[in-house]
Amino acid sequence: MFLFAVAGWVRPVVDYHALAPEIVLTAVIVGLLLADLFLPERTKWATSTIAGLGLLGAALPVLTLAVDGTERAMFGGAYVVDDFALVLKALFLIAGYVVVLLSANYVEEGDYYQGEYYFLLLSSVLGMMVMASARDFISMFVALEALSIPAYMLAAWRKRDTRSNEAGMKYFLLGVFASAVMLYGMSLIYGVTGSTLFTAVAASLHKGSLLNGTLHTANPAIVTLGIVFVVVGFAFKVSAVPFHSWAPDTYEGAPTPVTAFLSVASKAAGFVALLTLVFIAFPFSKDVWEPLFWVLAAMTMTLGNVVALRQTNIVRMLAYSSIAQGGFILMPLAVIGHGRTAAGDALTAVVTYLIVYAAMNLGAFAVVLAVTRKTRSGEIASFGGLFAYAPGLTLAMTVFLFSLAGIPPLGGWIAKFTVFRALISAGGGWAAALAVIGGVNSVIALYYYANVARAMWMDPVADDDTTPIRVPASLGLALVLTGGATVLIGVLPGLVLRFGNLTTSTFTAAFGS
Amino acid sequence: MHLTDNNWLLSAAVFVPLLGALVVMAVPKAYEREIKVVALLTALATAGIGVALLSLFDYGNAQKLQFFTDRSWIPVIHARYIMGLDGLGLPLLILSMVIVVLVIVYSWDHIPEPGNPKAFLALILILEVGMNGTFVAQDLILFFVFFEVVLLPMYFMIGVWGGEQRQYAAIKFFLYTLFGSALMLLGFLALFFKTGAESFSIEYLAAHSSSIVHSTQLWIFGGLFMGFAIKVPMFPFHTWLPDAHTQAPTQGSVILAAILLKLGTFGFVRIAIPVLPGAATTWAPWIALLAVIGIIYGALACLAQTDMKRLIAFSSVAHMGFVMLGISTLTSFGINAAMFGMVAHGLITGMLFFIAGSVKERYHTLEIRRLGGLLKQAPHLGWILGFCAMASLGLPGLAGFWGEFPAILSSYQPAKGLPVETFRTFMVVAAIGTVLAASYLLWLFQRTAFGEPSEEFSHHHISDMHAPEWIAWTPLLAAIVVLGLLPNLLFKVLDPAIVHTTLSAFKG
Repeated sequence: MFLFAVAGWVRPVVDYHALAPEIVLTAVIVGLLLADLFLPERTKWATSTIAGLGLLGAALPVLTLAVDGTERAMFGGAYVVDDFALVLKALFLIAGYVVVLLSANYVEEGDYYQGEYYFLLLSSVLGMMVMASARDFISMFVALEALSIPAYMLAAWRKRDTRSNEAGMKYFLLGVFASAVMLYGMSLIYGVTGSTLFTAVAASLHKGSLLNGTLHTANPAIVTLGIVFVVVGFAFKVSAVPFHSWAPDTYEGAPTPVTAFLSVASKAAGFVALLTLVFIAFPFSKDVWEPLFWVLAAMTMTLGNVVALRQTNIVRMLAYSSIAQGGFILMPLAVIGHGRTAAGDALTAVVTYLIVYAAMNLGAFAVVLAVTRKTRSGEIASFGGLFAYAPGLTLAMTVFLFSLAGIPPLGGWIAKFTVFRALISAGGGWAAALAVIGGVNSVIALYYYANVARAMWMDPVADDDTTPIRVPASLGLALVLTGGATVLIGVLPGLVLRFGNLTTSTFTAAFGS
Repeated sequence: MHLTDNNWLLSAAVFVPLLGALVVMAVPKAYEREIKVVALLTALATAGIGVALLSLFDYGNAQKLQFFTDRSWIPVIHARYIMGLDGLGLPLLILSMVIVVLVIVYSWDHIPEPGNPKAFLALILILEVGMNGTFVAQDLILFFVFFEVVLLPMYFMIGVWGGEQRQYAAIKFFLYTLFGSALMLLGFLALFFKTGAESFSIEYLAAHSSSIVHSTQLWIFGGLFMGFAIKVPMFPFHTWLPDAHTQAPTQGSVILAAILLKLGTFGFVRIAIPVLPGAATTWAPWIALLAVIGIIYGALACLAQTDMKRLIAFSSVAHMGFVMLGISTLTSFGINAAMFGMVAHGLITGMLFFIAGSVKERYHTLEIRRLGGLLKQAPHLGWILGFCAMASLGLPGLAGFWGEFPAILSSYQPAKGLPVETFRTFMVVAAIGTVLAASYLLWLFQRTAFGEPSEEFSHHHISDMHAPEWIAWTPLLAAIVVLGLLPNLLFKVLDPAIVHTTLSAFKG
């Protein structure tokens, strides 16, 4: 106690209710480790049940917090639980739950280390939960590493497969490189603003900072460099072109459930970080990041889509499609600086898109997992004639693919719609031009999504093997959840827009009235 | 009667087919007969709602939206569930309901390869949801959703049950339309924000769009134009049509020709012109130019075809050119003609595609060169082909005449502000188009129906018409005659709506 007193350390006030989701999840993670230690080999499957229930259990306090509704800040404002954080925490937990459902049979039948697998998966989810609340460079960086490091290991989980090793290694090296770039950017910003707290950073970039009694205006060159580096760091995370090169190889080599996890949850975490940064830390530097996001969005969707056209492997196709979808999600970020309404619309668009995208993309991976259990092939050609012997799976996949393409009345349309809405709402030639680029891209994207549908519905059966596919219960549940959500959101978009509509939060305050 | 009386009828008209589709999907595949019965009953029930609508419709108030519903749907983006039926929507809604019934009757013993009536009929019913919905939606987002709902079923219908090049044709159809609708959606959004981000209701937008500066209006109209013109399709966006029509199964071709093409022209009349009258005036001469190019190009292309179905497909390009010419005059005369032309084209070209399907089924080819002597081998089928060819070329006394002739006439005196000389030139060119139409249709009839059956088929037994064909076709043939003799049945419903809704900004 004496030492603390000397250092001027005050015990921070901890709001246990606000931290309850993270605490529950941590307890489940520890429990998983212990259970894995004591469970005999033949009952190891129970670890997946524990992981799944644990994720749902952690969602309960998220609900109570949402019902309570007060905004809670801790640790001097470095950790905030507001509507934004809660919506995304719920998204991470539910997406994590679906990934557990996808993994159950895969991990069990593949003879992988089950306990450790779920331990790492949940640790990564924990990192994402922290990310949603991080309002400080340090807590954000800790969150990023907490979510990334387990993911590197998960990508290399099939350790006797060289492709999986390559996947993990590539992901690790580029991820670390991105972290380094980002850290450098953060240090530059810290250097000119004297704070790591986002609100303080924003205030000081706006008005200059009071250091040693005199007002210092930040050097614009350093600020620009710092912001660009930080954004680039997260651009790696969301696999935005030209920082996407790790994604296709990692996605293809990693175990398929992990790919689903990376392409949905991990990507969403990257966007959450970008949103927090732009809205809370750098709202007054829009001249720096608006053009940056414009270019990133345009390049990401165009390149992702064009390369996806040439893919013959379904997972690789979904990898490029996921890059392209990331480009769509980046679009609204390019107009956040156009005033408060535009900022609110853009926030709604990104959050809505993330939710819808999670449902439809996880669903698509669920079908891929179910089908490859039988065909043992990731080629699109192996989906040929699927309709003849697995009409249910074909229908589900059709729903997911055309939802990804944004065809009403499937969920994807409302995601694309809100993005276009944000751009047109911002107004101006640049926003309209980006919207047109997005429109053209959604047409390109349709081609490769429809290509898979074509194979399933119109091609003859690939290997004349028409034994029906048996879908394991957990995959079936995942399909019902994601498929139901995709269709329901499409018909009643209000359900998801309610969560996306966070304009009342303090998020958009910096953009004037 | 209040305008909101019985407003559940429209929702029922749209969603009963969906219900039927779900039931069809739930019935096991082996029960083919039951599946067909369910599909037919659903279509009949929907048509029954159509009859109820016809009898409850207040014809004295055809310009007002009746059976009007306005409910909350997606509050966050101000999209509402608004449905209403006026004189513009009524004929097309009824046409859509009738065509679906007839198509399902025709499907009784004509399920195209590779079979699977369950999926086929479910798709037709889902198509009906989109078509009916488009004609009654009064909110742009609702309109957009229904407009797009038709894409998927049609894509699968062409791609799975189509001809040799089906996959190419299906994806081409899909990509073209999606490209148009993406730009159209941007146009809708721009309209919404430029009128104060209050509402997507068509009525509201029409009342508040005058505040948008003209140059912005022109851009927005451009977006809508792309969406609708590709659907129509207008030259030079028509290239998906011949492929889609030729490759689609008969039922798909009929629905495509009779209803789906109308979604585009209906979009102009329902949305683009009333909401952006100023931009429409600036765009009109260019639309008219593309329309007459379409008339001549379509007709010339018809003359060069060797395949009967492809010929009919190109004739659609020409006929829709007349419709667009009528619309582009921005006069009530021209738009009346265009709306009549839409219905007439739906009936006549729908019939022609039915006939082409039946010919293909009997001869296993549609190459005009190899056909001949239809009147000898299947006289009823042959005469019906002749009748429809006459109707299609615009013979007075049949429905086709009232779409084509007034459309040409209307371009003699376009709306105020449009270049009169230009439109009169177009009129002359369009008139030449009718001569070409007569030549390709008569030529088609001559080569397929007259003379002796060709060597190849002279020893084949070619059966004449079957019962499902009679049942499916008689209502269409009757409608062609009735509307030809009593065009006022349709005009009296259309005219008030056109004057008060489409052209409300052009009064005085």
